[in-house]
Amino acid sequence: MSITREDVLHLAKLSSISLSEEQVEPLMKDLDGIVNYFSQLDELDTDGVEPTYQCFEMENVWREDEIEEFEANREDLLALTVESEDNQIKVPKVL
Amino acid sequence: MKIADKNTKAVDLVRDALDRAKKFEEYHCFISMNEARALERARAIDEKIAKGEKVGRLAGVPYALKDNYLSREGETTAAARMLEHFQSPITATAVKRLEDEGAIMIGRANLDAYAHGGSTENSYFGPTHNAHDMERVAGGSSGGSAAAVALGIVPFALGSDTGGSIRQPASFNGVYGIKPTFGTVSRYGVVAMASSTDCMGCFANNAEDANLVMSIMAGKDAKDSTTLDDFWTKELDEAKPAKKKIALIKDFMGDGVDEEVKSIVRNYADKLKAAGYEIDEIELPIAKYALAIYYIVQPAEVASNLSRYDGIRYGHRAAEFDDLEGLYNNTRDEGFMTENKRRIMIGNFVLSSGFYDAYYLKAQKARTLLIDGYNKALEKYDALLCPTAPNPAFKIGENTGDPLKMYLEDVMTVPANLTGMPAISVPAGKTKAGLPVGAQLIGARRSDQMLLNIAKSIEEQA
Repeated sequence: MSITREDVLHLAKLSSISLSEEQVEPLMKDLDGIVNYFSQLDELDTDGVEPTYQCFEMENVWREDEIEEFEANREDLLALTVESEDNQIKVPKVL
Repeated sequence: MKIADKNTKAVDLVRDALDRAKKFEEYHCFISMNEARALERARAIDEKIAKGEKVGRLAGVPYALKDNYLSREGETTAAARMLEHFQSPITATAVKRLEDEGAIMIGRANLDAYAHGGSTENSYFGPTHNAHDMERVAGGSSGGSAAAVALGIVPFALGSDTGGSIRQPASFNGVYGIKPTFGTVSRYGVVAMASSTDCMGCFANNAEDANLVMSIMAGKDAKDSTTLDDFWTKELDEAKPAKKKIALIKDFMGDGVDEEVKSIVRNYADKLKAAGYEIDEIELPIAKYALAIYYIVQPAEVASNLSRYDGIRYGHRAAEFDDLEGLYNNTRDEGFMTENKRRIMIGNFVLSSGFYDAYYLKAQKARTLLIDGYNKALEKYDALLCPTAPNPAFKIGENTGDPLKMYLEDVMTVPANLTGMPAISVPAGKTKAGLPVGAQLIGARRSDQMLLNIAKSIEEQA
């Protein structure tokens, strides 16, 4: 077993997901099985191999810094939030 | 496919599609319908035709839209509780391009929530049934789109393919499924999953229809900087393979692959041979590692992309919480399906300090070896051939208890995503029980049309 109960709770915290008690055990079992499957990559010799993070064939894509019409207006966007006031999104008190 | 003209009314095409959607409602292909707007659009096209005005190449053609493409028409849910009532303020570029050519969206097709899954069973709204057997899955994640085409509701449908989500359901339902070269179709306005492998593509009944839809969607979009200059520009009959040589990947024809699937794919290879292709069998030992690489890379990108769902700006927000952190955590617990949580947590695991080198970096290095292996194989051949999935459609509920078993469904589809190569699933035959099986053709980047040309060359006999 490489994934412990503590690991699951830590990962849930990193992932900003509050897990009820009954979710912890099954996730531990699932994640353990999945992570163990990854160990087959140890068979591959990757010394000196460059990693590939993307296959986009391109690097930076530039454009002029010009204002363009956007199809969504402010009202559309604010309508998506639960609470807003004076064109601002309301959130619970942070401090 | 039928396109509206003087003799064929767009309204009739759309009404027929809506009627069939109703008739096959129990298959649950759709999350929501777009009836009123679709008919309104159709009437506008008919008026144009009556006046002799120019209409598009897909005038009046009804289609199903996977519900992870944003459109201002109706709600975009991604089959997740998180977006259950999400009214998109924007429309995806791919959708705009199709609609500019007169295509008409009749409904939002079902999927695994956030496109995480291979069976459509992870949908918050319940699974889609296989078009050939109600007790079996439609595959996934684009299961609703595939079944809608297979049931004859619509002549084409859109899907997204991050690790096989177009090709596997295409195989399970007996239709064409196209995952193009990475960067072919703009991802602007599509719910992001894994940004280094997400590809937009389609389902259709034949190579020409698929080619037409893809040629309209393909091409550069300023709103997605990963898009390539349009290369989908030939007539399909002109996109001929140069070598007329195809290699069957032996590593995907061995243990763990259903016997009937193997024999149907061998039979497909024989048909290609009879049509004048030289068929070799090759070993590609790196191929079998693609799945482990994929299930490290993809969850890492998922964890990042899904961090935006915080209950603040849009989407579901938990009703109960103590503080801001509680709002985030409870919202994400309620809004995500278990499979979404697994992937986010796996992603955060492989990226976390202490494990990054052993998993994430190792996988990205292995990805380089995978790309080298496929590039090398494609130096000698026009295309590589293998099954699309190791088995025909499985029973609903059969794999839900074991996520790893579900992931193994993707073993033959993920290499094309990790390498950015185009791959298509072509209906190749049926099992004795009447379940469809797809053959998969993979080619070098930008060889998409050539793959369709190969498929077309033996279409009538398949």
